[in-house]
Amino acid sequence: MRWINRKPDHVSQIILALLSFMIILVVYTLTSQARLAVNPSDKLMPAISKIIETAGRLIFEPDKRSGEILFWKDSLVSLVRICIGIIIAGVSGLFFGMAIGMIPYIRAALSPLVKVISVVPPLALLPIMFIALGLGETSKITLIVIGVTPFIIRDLIARVDEIPVEQIVKAQTLGANTFVIAKSVVLPQIMPRLVSAIRLSLGPAWLFLIAAEAVAAEAGLGYRIFLVRRYLAMDVILTYVIWISFLAFVMDWVLRKTSENLWPWMESKS
Amino acid sequence: MSFVSVRNLYQKYGNRPILERVNFEAGEGEFVSIVGASGCGKSTFLRLLLAQEIPSKGVISIAGAEPAKEPSLDRGVVFQRYSVFPHRTVLQNLVAVFAMKNSLGMLSRSEKKDAENAAMTALERIGLAHMKDQYPSALSGGMQQRLAIAQALLAKPKILLLDEPFGALDPGTTANMHDFLLELHDETKMSVFMVTHDLEEGFKLGNRLLVFDKPRWDPDFPDAYGATITFDLDTNQDKSTIDHIRETSNVQ
Repeated sequence: MRWINRKPDHVSQIILALLSFMIILVVYTLTSQARLAVNPSDKLMPAISKIIETAGRLIFEPDKRSGEILFWKDSLVSLVRICIGIIIAGVSGLFFGMAIGMIPYIRAALSPLVKVISVVPPLALLPIMFIALGLGETSKITLIVIGVTPFIIRDLIARVDEIPVEQIVKAQTLGANTFVIAKSVVLPQIMPRLVSAIRLSLGPAWLFLIAAEAVAAEAGLGYRIFLVRRYLAMDVILTYVIWISFLAFVMDWVLRKTSENLWPWMESKS
Repeated sequence: MSFVSVRNLYQKYGNRPILERVNFEAGEGEFVSIVGASGCGKSTFLRLLLAQEIPSKGVISIAGAEPAKEPSLDRGVVFQRYSVFPHRTVLQNLVAVFAMKNSLGMLSRSEKKDAENAAMTALERIGLAHMKDQYPSALSGGMQQRLAIAQALLAKPKILLLDEPFGALDPGTTANMHDFLLELHDETKMSVFMVTHDLEEGFKLGNRLLVFDKPRWDPDFPDAYGATITFDLDTNQDKSTIDHIRETSNVQ
């Protein structure tokens, strides 16, 4: 039988999935042990027990100077930044994506501009934002918005274009004006697409957040890992990296479930 | 003054003529079938009737009104596909007929009640009452087209335009749909224009049949001339011409 036709059953799927994780864990543990055997104070690859111990300390023990648990403070600060950024990007992306996609005059005016903006690397704009908007929250959130919105706009324009023209004509023969077509035909069909565009944008959004925090911040997940880098605190960095990955995963999962629950007709359509 | 009047109609796409010198009059309540080979402009003609396109020259007037610039409540339409809204249930698709007319797309509570009652009556008429809470994707092709026709008729248009409405259905379903459409036409006495590539279907459903074809043909420049109406028949009297049309106009 050809390999393209052989399919693992449910149990072997789980085993195979776990296997790849186990291999990385085992290789890490062995390498770490070998390094620690040579130099017990090696900081580059701390033992897994050390990472767990550090994670426990980070999560439960307050900072001696400020009395706050920095781990939770960093998480809260970063999550607020990324959520505000994503919400602004999503709302403006939806508005401009629909307007450009539906109305030829707005398309003529804005579509070239969006294309040009979307080729500017957002991180190259970071210094401008720090100069123009200061080092506070605004510049970090703006970076996320500028980095993500053009993609969402362009994706939604394409999704609006995909709506069969028959539906738009049909709505007109039922007496719908432009606003009603936007509200009753385009918007409901574009909402699930907005959620999937946001899901695809989460990766870049985290990238921009961590980059902005690394350059200038007083708290935040990105700020912390770049701060402790100076002390080669790999145990702290790894804990934060795992935590950031987990947060990104949860955000994606919540968006996916929301979409499935709100728009059941999407599932049966595809 | 006839109900639908088409005078000296030309349509060009760029430099390519599609239709030329189309003249046509139809009375109220006629069922006009439009046939022709593919690329002969019959769908273009339907889009012009629908006012989805504006003719390069000439005038289309319906019920004595000014020529339309865009689709409106006067014209109902059913396409081969995508005629119903996939994000609305069967019932909501019919309620939309009443809601979309409103400039905010909304209905008051009592209007909504009335709309749902009218929609349910229509669903019972077309035999889809048991599917009212399903999304269109759960319906068969024939059911979707029945829903689309009911949706178009519920808006009470002056003319109903059908663009190959049964083109995507299997033969058994198509025969049922023919009966369904003829019954509806008897009940409503609606003026209907139906484009089809199937000459038999055109004869069976229409009481009048238009054949679109290119009267002039340059073998070196197939696009040099547009198409026009080459036959305009009463289907009750001219059954014998069906073979003649087949031979001269390459339609099936």
